[in-house]
Amino acid sequence: MLNVIWLLLLTSGIIVAALNGQIEVVTGAALDAAKSAVRVCFDLIGVMAMWLGIMKIAEKAGLIQGLAGLLAPVLRRLFPSVPPRDPAMGAIILNLSANMLGLGNAATPFGMKAMQELQRLNKNRPEASAAMCTFMALNTSCITLIPATIIGIRLAYGSADPTEIVGACIFATSCAMVVAVSLDYMFRRHSRWGGRN
Amino acid sequence: MLQVILSTVSRWAIPFLLLIVPLYGFFKKVPVYETFVEGAEEGFTTAIRIIPFLVGMLVAISVFRASGAMDCLVALIQPLMVALGAPPDVLPLAIMRPLSGSGALGLATELMKVYGPDSMIGRMASVMQGTTDTTFFVLTVYFGSVGIKRFKYAVITGLSADITGLLASIYICNVLFR
Repeated sequence: MLNVIWLLLLTSGIIVAALNGQIEVVTGAALDAAKSAVRVCFDLIGVMAMWLGIMKIAEKAGLIQGLAGLLAPVLRRLFPSVPPRDPAMGAIILNLSANMLGLGNAATPFGMKAMQELQRLNKNRPEASAAMCTFMALNTSCITLIPATIIGIRLAYGSADPTEIVGACIFATSCAMVVAVSLDYMFRRHSRWGGRN
Repeated sequence: MLQVILSTVSRWAIPFLLLIVPLYGFFKKVPVYETFVEGAEEGFTTAIRIIPFLVGMLVAISVFRASGAMDCLVALIQPLMVALGAPPDVLPLAIMRPLSGSGALGLATELMKVYGPDSMIGRMASVMQGTTDTTFFVLTVYFGSVGIKRFKYAVITGLSADITGLLASIYICNVLFR
């Protein structure tokens, strides 16, 4: 699936550029993107280090496991292959909470930590496990209670009511989440469908 | 009122975490500073491990955008979106959203600047921006950080969530704001 999308993005771009007679755009775009990808990762180092440090303290103090225990009834159904009090559950909860609060820069480190914990439980290493796919489904469709960035932009451009869109956002993400979780459930039950790629 | 609550929560969330976690750890007799450093060490390796995945994804997306192929896709889907009740100007944002976070934010800001945040276009752009996630970035970075190369059905699930979020945004904005 991803192989096809990746190839399509690349080839359709090159073909369109060639047809428009501006093939040199491709070279610039590709090289700039490669450079900026590394810059993004370097910017991540500091933020990652900070949050992973804080998280280690939370882990040793028992906060993460406590959090996992609190939400165990829901998580057990969503992640049947993960032991209920596993640190992976704690990291998943932290990631989803950060997403809900609109704290993008904290959500990423927590999410990566969750993936590392899930990878520890993954029996089929180079391939995504079912729990990972469920986590990604939740993560990409997660409800944002406080879309802080967009409220800031609305405020900056003089909106009469910057937060009026919050209810609409919650409605739309809820729809997305229901679809993502149900699809994921179907794929997980019928592993044949998702077995390839 | 709602705005005051939301902005207070979002202003306090991070300082609160930075206060509560080390304090709680200290009371639980965790050597807080050493533990912090121990955890922080992993930040470097994790961030570096993502580089190849992110380079691959960003290069393909950037070529797709810069070449004008994305505009072709936009023109192709345009009639369908207009039929569903979306102003044509928000469509580039809808396509950009799962591909690039900074690109989408730029487009949303531009729409808000040109049409105003309280216009139909401004509101729809706000809801779209607040609803769907940068699916490709998230998939690339999260799977990349643990070296997963086969994403299985996660791509379909993520994109279906994006499309649902998009359609739901168009629907709810037409119901609430028209």
